[in-house]
Amino acid sequence: MFGWLNDQVLRMVWLNDLVGQGVAAIGLDPASRLGGSVQFFVYDVMKIFILLAVLIFGISYVQSHFPPERTRALLGGRSGLGAITLAALLGTLTPFCSCSSIPLFIGFTAAGLPLAVTFAFLISSPLVDLASVILLASIFNWSIALAYVAVGLVVAILGGWVIGRLGMEDQVAAFVRAAPVTGDAATMTRGARLAYARDQVVEIVHRVWPYVLIGVGIGAAIHNWVPAEVVGALLGQDKWWSVPVAVLLGIPMYADIFGTLPIAEALVGKGVGLGTVLAFMMAVTALSLPSLILLRRVIKMRLLVTFTGVVTLGILVIGVIFNGISDWFI
Amino acid sequence: MIIKILGSGCRKCVALAENAKAAAAAAGKEAEIVKVTDLAEIAGYGVMSTPGLVVDEEVVSTGRVLTPDEIARLI
Repeated sequence: MFGWLNDQVLRMVWLNDLVGQGVAAIGLDPASRLGGSVQFFVYDVMKIFILLAVLIFGISYVQSHFPPERTRALLGGRSGLGAITLAALLGTLTPFCSCSSIPLFIGFTAAGLPLAVTFAFLISSPLVDLASVILLASIFNWSIALAYVAVGLVVAILGGWVIGRLGMEDQVAAFVRAAPVTGDAATMTRGARLAYARDQVVEIVHRVWPYVLIGVGIGAAIHNWVPAEVVGALLGQDKWWSVPVAVLLGIPMYADIFGTLPIAEALVGKGVGLGTVLAFMMAVTALSLPSLILLRRVIKMRLLVTFTGVVTLGILVIGVIFNGISDWFI
Repeated sequence: MIIKILGSGCRKCVALAENAKAAAAAAGKEAEIVKVTDLAEIAGYGVMSTPGLVVDEEVVSTGRVLTPDEIARLI
């Protein structure tokens, strides 16, 4: 029963069948290359947008209970591994937009939160996003989605902990600590929360649709046109360089996780290791050139390099481990 | 009246600035719209989620693109 629900509601097998019939109706054979590409593209685009709209609405409603001011208050006065873990967990719940990460960093630091706690939050917030986890479950399965959450949190907690241990509190731009600290955010009514959730759906769909179309396009091309031997020779699980290459390709890229999922799906279908694919997705979402350039304006170079290095290393290790144990998941 | 939009120039900030302009025009008020993009200055208002809306040096909203109607009620 659970399997059936998962297939029909999350994976939308019915939609794939329907699109397959539609493709056949216009005279294309879904088993052929062209028909298969068209079916993959139409089905994936429809599925991702349906799931996005429903998920973002529900998740934004939950997230409206956790504005950054509340998160900061919850974390205030705490330190140590417990606080770092709490920060990583709250990072998955607090609404996040990459253009807000700098004011958030300033707000946390000005309130006296340790760098370890702030960075644990800043790493987990884009990396482990509730909507992307459910999309992962839809494209792959629940054990992969839960494993992704677990390793994402581990990267955030370890990253924050290491940065805290290195004693870099002096690596913050002077104006950051001088910023004023405001009180708790105003409580919202239910109507305001629903309006907020609706606005988030419009805003996020508006922001990510080009990435989704490009991602699904690339995914469809890989799915039906690139031979598995070519992909395997470049990124196969037996190649030691597959994870580092995936991470190096992913870091400068700025894309939404919703755009990378269809590419990940197609690559796994061609025999690329699960660890390689997860490492690529994590590198794309956790580190990007534009956000690093912004971050440089509030922290000094040594801390920026440490942050990038710690996160990159964490993702590499996780990729290699996942490739080693991927038989448990697929 | 001076209305400031706090934000590093993302799409949301542009939308909020446009709505603020529309709200001021609809209310028939003389308002100067100022976009604040400097991080230090944004931090100076204690705002943690952008875009922020500041009316006559008072932060009235953060993290949301308010509709012209909502802004009209604030000004």
